[in-house]
Amino acid sequence: MHKLIRRLIATGLVSTPRPSAAELTSEARQSAKALVHRLGRALAVRHVDAGSCNGCELEIHALSNPYYNLEGLGIHFVASPRHADILMVTGPVSHHMVAALLSAYDALPDPKLVLALGDCATGNGIFGANYATVGQVSAVLPVDITIPGCPPTPTAILAAFVALAEAAIVPCAGTKDP
Amino acid sequence: MMDIFLQGLDLKSLPGPLPAFRAPAGRDQWRRLCAQVHEADGRLAALWATDARPDGQGFLVHAVLTLVDSWLWLTYSAGDEQPSYPAIDDIFPSAARPQRAIYDLLGIACGGADARPWLRHGAWSPTEFPLRHDFDTPAMPPDRESGYPFIAVAGNGVHEIGVGPIHAGTIEPGHFRFHVVGDEILRLEERLGYTHKGVEKRFGSLTLPQGTRLAARICADSTVAYTWAYAMAAETLCGCHVPHRAQWLRGLLLERERIANHLGDIGALSNDAGLAFGQTQFSLLKERWIQANHRVFGHRYLMDTIVLGGVAHDLGPEGQGQMREECDTLEMAVHTLQDIIDDHAGLQERFIETGRVTMAQARALGAVGLIARASGLARDMRTEFPYLPYTALSTRAITRSQGDVAARVVLRFSEIYESLRLIRDILANFPDGPLLGDCDTDNGTAGLGCVEGWRGEVLVGIERIASGHTHRVHIHDPSWQNWPLLEHAVIGDLVPDFPLINKSFNLAYSGHDL
Repeated sequence: MHKLIRRLIATGLVSTPRPSAAELTSEARQSAKALVHRLGRALAVRHVDAGSCNGCELEIHALSNPYYNLEGLGIHFVASPRHADILMVTGPVSHHMVAALLSAYDALPDPKLVLALGDCATGNGIFGANYATVGQVSAVLPVDITIPGCPPTPTAILAAFVALAEAAIVPCAGTKDP
Repeated sequence: MMDIFLQGLDLKSLPGPLPAFRAPAGRDQWRRLCAQVHEADGRLAALWATDARPDGQGFLVHAVLTLVDSWLWLTYSAGDEQPSYPAIDDIFPSAARPQRAIYDLLGIACGGADARPWLRHGAWSPTEFPLRHDFDTPAMPPDRESGYPFIAVAGNGVHEIGVGPIHAGTIEPGHFRFHVVGDEILRLEERLGYTHKGVEKRFGSLTLPQGTRLAARICADSTVAYTWAYAMAAETLCGCHVPHRAQWLRGLLLERERIANHLGDIGALSNDAGLAFGQTQFSLLKERWIQANHRVFGHRYLMDTIVLGGVAHDLGPEGQGQMREECDTLEMAVHTLQDIIDDHAGLQERFIETGRVTMAQARALGAVGLIARASGLARDMRTEFPYLPYTALSTRAITRSQGDVAARVVLRFSEIYESLRLIRDILANFPDGPLLGDCDTDNGTAGLGCVEGWRGEVLVGIERIASGHTHRVHIHDPSWQNWPLLEHAVIGDLVPDFPLINKSFNLAYSGHDL
């Protein structure tokens, strides 16, 4: 146990001193607070991989590492769509994932937002629309926010959460049903 | 290639770094050769099919078999109308799912033991075959909710747990059907294909050089392995010479990719076993590692660093110096953390004897890569069929014999140290010269590429379709061989241990589903 504690102390806090993200992190923290205030609770995200190559997922995982520390902003990923405010979708939406994706969307309580993450989900991916894919999230769900990139960097995803909070695009209950 | 059973075959040597030969196999030769290769402890590396009717050759079924010192690419003519070929899943169990995929995509029957669909759920009808050249994309998918006949287990107290395609965490989609008594797993059946997105059809609409960008985006955690295997196949096809410096850089990129994934996996395994400290520490090390990727090569996961004929980014003297320091720092940190993890009784209690795959199982089911090595089989492209830079680096295949989660964790640690050594050796012997060779992509008929990615061997086969000035690309992820092993690894374990066992395999969904 002493080795573990020594390592913890030696590692220190790594999320704050990073120069490029320090500013964004504090800004993101403030904006997330504003959003949390609007929604009345911490922001919960349910992610659905709708045929992604796993690149966007790698960056979603990275958001939870000590550098980006997403949970520190009050934004967290949840297991059940029933606990989520935002549905974050990656991939070009394979036909084989459409049914599961729509079920997950239906399970989110209102008000809810849909975030299309990455070039595939936003319709600019290399796979395109074909016999096996719809080609973009907006073809099957109303999309509120898009984040381009292949994959989008964690910083870009954080920035989008900031922008989301600033624009305060929080829909009223019932207006976003497809 | 002196093996007596290869006599009578019309063998053609393929250029390129693999010791590969191509031959057509007739009806009497196809199964006989497979059986003989199997008896000689050879393996089935990949099985796929193509529609060569535009060239007047009907449908072709391809099997790549590995022998002790060479690779054999057999091609069987399956005919034009009602095409068929003899099944080989009784010889190589790993052929079972590829055989089902061949029927789903091309409608070529084989009489295999399992005739259920595999990659087709409902995006196209059972009478349509998307990889046939005359396939028309339907305006609307015919049936999104086609039922799938899982194999049922009956008995007192047996019940089913269905998980997926959407899982609790941020992981790729797939369905797992458990049959359990209490918490003990009697049987697991996997169902994959949720991320099928028409990759192989898409390759046909891209030129060979454009295809590298698609190859880089089939399975992001293995983008280097995929693009290298694709480039190797394309370069073999058109007889392109890759400069030495580019070959060494490709090796360096591949080892960086291996280290990044192993760091992430060890962290996630610690977390799944209840030690969040491990996740925090290893995700931090991984983040620093991939930030360095971005600084030096322009992409955190190294996408598009390998191009046809060579590599897109050089590594200057300053970058080399930084990378040496980075390797030293990482090695120290990983040693410190391994010490903590090795000593952590609670963690080891979860790892040891969980999710065991015996060497006999691994051999029988044709395991490859990390999973094979954790069960004592020294299967590693870098040592079995080495090419530059590995021929110059005295690469070691590291194995563990226990075949449990603990073995797969320790193997990842050992492979990190070995990859760090390889990177240092590459930097110490880095040859000068150009980064790109000329590729005349209008020539050539067929090419094969195979690379030992962090999961195992990623194989790419490319065939030119002469009449259409296009080509057909097949991608094979090592997960095709290793997914069925997971079904065996969990038997008798507890349901709550499944996430841990699954993570210790960490197999590909997108790379498998295509």
